[in-house]
Amino acid sequence: MPFEVVGDAIPASLTAEKGDPARGRAIVVDRQKGLCLLCHSGPFPEQRFQGDIAPSLEGAGSRWSEGQLRLRLVDATRLNPDTSMPSYYKIDGLNRVAPAFRGKPILDAAQIEDVMAYLATLRDGPGAQEKP
Amino acid sequence: MRALWILPGCAMLLAVTSAHAEIAAHERKSGAEFMSPQTQAMQADDASNPGMLAVLDGEAAWNEKAGAANKACADCHGAAEQSMKGVSARYPAFNAATSQPIDVAGQVNQCRTGRQQAQPLRAESRELLALTTYIGLQSRGMSVAPPDDERLTPFRERGKALFNQRLGQLNFSCAHCHEDNWGRKLGSAPIPQAHANAYPIYRLEWQDVGSLQRRLRNCMSGVRAAPYSYGSIEFIELELFLAERARGMAVETPGVRP
Repeated sequence: MPFEVVGDAIPASLTAEKGDPARGRAIVVDRQKGLCLLCHSGPFPEQRFQGDIAPSLEGAGSRWSEGQLRLRLVDATRLNPDTSMPSYYKIDGLNRVAPAFRGKPILDAAQIEDVMAYLATLRDGPGAQEKP
Repeated sequence: MRALWILPGCAMLLAVTSAHAEIAAHERKSGAEFMSPQTQAMQADDASNPGMLAVLDGEAAWNEKAGAANKACADCHGAAEQSMKGVSARYPAFNAATSQPIDVAGQVNQCRTGRQQAQPLRAESRELLALTTYIGLQSRGMSVAPPDDERLTPFRERGKALFNQRLGQLNFSCAHCHEDNWGRKLGSAPIPQAHANAYPIYRLEWQDVGSLQRRLRNCMSGVRAAPYSYGSIEFIELELFLAERARGMAVETPGVRP
């Protein structure tokens, strides 16, 4: 699972393939997989009970480049050691991980790329997130 | 000698210092304040509080003879209304025999095996929860008042470190939710401050009475961590820290929680 951090970003894809935004959206709203809506809200009108611990995902693609989004998913503790944001692609340096999850990241490389591809579509402005 | 004593103390302080904002005394809120009015009313009225069923069972168990000694709790302790008043408000306490802290459930089992010569009650069993709930009720309305016993200090400090320790695949500490984000919503659920002043509680999600350790195990599973075992020293240390953190708050046992 090697990746290279440059500044506050991981510029290169974790896989050879480009992520799929539709699959990424499905992961974001899945409360067992992405878990995102436990803490974040966003443009998900069909989803009830979105958390308010973290900033809205709305406009995430305007605020951050793809590489910045990728690092924030992979290991946000590199940017803020005290962050509440889980490190989605980290298996080292964790404590007492339950046996069922041991040695596994929260999301695999392809899922990270899908989520990143979806977040990159979330642009500010009316209807902007509908654009490809 | 004095300098030697101070140095390890400083190291301990450094180890547990974190960026989390501790809750100021005037901002402390019982978990009950984060509940719906309906759930608050259920707790407030003994006729509708399901935890009172455990209290009734506990009162019966208090007076029931057990073990080879054929003794009831009441045979040594008399009326719980007097002898157990304030006990749950101050526990965990230091047990000189084992040189370790002990909580109320541990103390009940120590009486079982030592005085009654009976089998210890299984962790989280109906009978043990009945007794701890009944004993807890005798402190209802009193202030949480952990003992000023310096033998407890290293254990309490370790409990504080555990509270601030990231755990599990999701890599959260207790403090991430309950100090940094209390009052906000995790999905649909408001995050309380995690004060342990109402245990054992009747939890609607469980449809049952359960201990603080059961609740802590739920949170640990939630962050995808391997929970500590019932009765483990880690849980007793966390209980000690949580008691200090809730010092002065009113005991609510039996609490009702969502």
